[in-house]
Amino acid sequence: MLSVEDDGDVEAEEAGRDMEAYERAYADDRSWEDLQEDESGRLRVVDVAQQQRQHRKRVAAMAGAHIQRGIIRYLYLLVDLSRAAGEMDFRPSRMGVVANCVEAFVREFFDQNPLSHLGIITLHNGVAQCLTDLSGSPETHIRALRANLECAGDASIQNAIDLARGLLCQIPTYAHRETLLIFSALSTCDPGDILEAVRRCKDANIRCSVVGLAAEIYICKLLCEQTGGNYSVATSETHLKDLIMEHAPPPPVLAESAVASLVRMGFPQRGAEDAVALCVCHGEVKMGGGYICPCCKARVCELPTECHICGLMLVSSPHLARSYHHLFPVPHFEELEGTAMANGRESEFKLCYGCQQKLPFPGGEVSGVRLVCPRCRQHFCYDCDLYIHESLHNCPGCESISSTSSLPDLQN
Amino acid sequence: MSSAMSAARSDDVSAVVILLDVNPYFWGTKTSTGFTFEQFFQHVLVFINCILLLSHLNQVTVIAMGASACTFLYDSAAIDGTASGRSKRDKQPESRSTTITQKLQEFVKKDEAAETNLAPVENQFSNLSGSLSMALCYIQRILRKPTAPPQPRILCVQGFPDAPQQYIAVMNSIFSAQRCSVPIDACIVGSQHSAFLQQASHITGGIYMKPPQPEGLFQYLMMVFATDLYSRQFLQLPRSAGVDFRASCFCHKRTIDMGFVCSVCLSIFCKHHKACSTCGANFNVKKGGQKRKQPSS
Ligand SMILES: [Zn+2]
Ligand SMILES: [Zn+2]
Ligand SMILES: [Zn+2]
Ligand SMILES: [Zn+2]
Ligand SMILES: [Zn+2]
Ligand SMILES: [Zn+2]
Repeated sequence: MLSVEDDGDVEAEEAGRDMEAYERAYADDRSWEDLQEDESGRLRVVDVAQQQRQHRKRVAAMAGAHIQRGIIRYLYLLVDLSRAAGEMDFRPSRMGVVANCVEAFVREFFDQNPLSHLGIITLHNGVAQCLTDLSGSPETHIRALRANLECAGDASIQNAIDLARGLLCQIPTYAHRETLLIFSALSTCDPGDILEAVRRCKDANIRCSVVGLAAEIYICKLLCEQTGGNYSVATSETHLKDLIMEHAPPPPVLAESAVASLVRMGFPQRGAEDAVALCVCHGEVKMGGGYICPCCKARVCELPTECHICGLMLVSSPHLARSYHHLFPVPHFEELEGTAMANGRESEFKLCYGCQQKLPFPGGEVSGVRLVCPRCRQHFCYDCDLYIHESLHNCPGCESISSTSSLPDLQN
Repeated sequence: MSSAMSAARSDDVSAVVILLDVNPYFWGTKTSTGFTFEQFFQHVLVFINCILLLSHLNQVTVIAMGASACTFLYDSAAIDGTASGRSKRDKQPESRSTTITQKLQEFVKKDEAAETNLAPVENQFSNLSGSLSMALCYIQRILRKPTAPPQPRILCVQGFPDAPQQYIAVMNSIFSAQRCSVPIDACIVGSQHSAFLQQASHITGGIYMKPPQPEGLFQYLMMVFATDLYSRQFLQLPRSAGVDFRASCFCHKRTIDMGFVCSVCLSIFCKHHKACSTCGANFNVKKGGQKRKQPSS
């Protein structure tokens, strides 16, 4: 994900930090004088600006290059519940740890991939069983897996990917088909030729990834290589969680894996809390809430769904809007140093434009860095810079120059 | 005794950030009810004083949203900070009102000057996205305080209808507020409902209300929006009368309830296009045909 230059930078910085304590010369830099007590009596390093600069550099390196990502994903989670999942080298058992990771993964998956669908298939007794159908509600999956957490028999990768392929072949062509296998066993017990099954997955454009718990297995590696997936083996519990969570953000689009298309969608209104209506999905009289299809005015209980009457895809527009900050990122703020800090307009730029906190000045009592937005030229403090780029994704200054430019120029 | 209890717990101490719509294009046109800006402003001033009187730990910050700019009008924490050396008796409610009024006059003059070279009247709106972003930055500063910070919330008193072109920025602010669990309350004094603020209060767990009679604004503010977050669970507050989940199209910035969504980047369009103007994806390519154009961005 990182470009080559960024990588070099990070490594250089790592090397500097990794110097052993006894290798550094302390007498010269008198580092103890850099410590100071703050209001609550804790020790603090005085050169705040330097620290902040380093942190900003790390954050910028992590942001990396912008990769186009296909966001509508249909993913089957293949969970190995064979005998091997009962082993207790992870606490309380491999199975228990996997269930916790899957729970976190499912929530994160829907947060990062609005409109995407997920289903769970379990592997036990040599067969594959579809535990939950593809759907957009995280709670159903989590509940179903928790209720069926028993392990027995052997695992069959072939059965699992064949079942997943059959189900994934029915979904629309614009979507990305994926499977993620969480594999505890060291062997697979298949009824036929697994290489043939792998080939069929490849032909169906299904991206298969595997996270192993025990050791690297040739057939898993082959499966991932052939289908463009990712194979990794966990060495510890936290490592396992990291590896599984890596699959939550959308993968880089493989050029041919899905066809771009314009999908017709409706953005239904939510009904009043005290309205009574007949829902089309359950055929029951429901009180309060619910969403009304803008096309045929039918009432549905949950989003996203397809309208049962007119077939329009109904989504919640905030769900879509969650990913828009990727499309229109806030420009990286530049640091102002020394005399350039205020350009003589000191009274105007004394306070941070976002939080009204005093900004650092050469010789002033506040230390730290002073940042300027390249688009609106407003000045910000270090904390606001972090908050704006990590959570808010809006520059308050840019929003204020002229609100008409709020949606950035699309020709650009 | 009750004051001692409220001092001990921080969950009923509020830090209220009020976003005030002072857009001259809204208040300049005669409202049907004859509710003038002077009346509106008086009601809000009394409300601010009331919140500060409810608990001496309460904080109020006022941000004005104008036609293009927005600015901090008043911050009770900042005033207290500078006045701590002086006699506490200086801070009479009257002086607070005059400070706010003076700041407001300065702001409206500046806003008007900046506005002359901009769009015609029918393209006017209030700067909700800018003031929400500012309010959230300020709230982050409150939350960074090491010792039991007060519970922050945002109250938006809006008059002008929504500006569809602010859609993405407003939604970004709403999600950020949701992540740090800051409720956004909304009180609409204009004639139209605000879809943005309905969504904001629905997503962040705030209260949305459009008073049927704006002349009674102060009563609505006091009964509904003055209570702290802890006490809200004991009250019968207005229930949501539905949420308008319509979105704005990227091509014309129109509000739509049905549209076309790009399957690659989720951009919304009101009409069918040949290619996505945001990510460059081409929609005419048949499956198995030529490769989709890879955008350079
Ligand atoms: Zn239903
Ligand atoms: Zn319908
Ligand atoms: Zn700041
Ligand atoms: Zn800016
Ligand atoms: Zn349009
Ligand atoms: Zn697109």
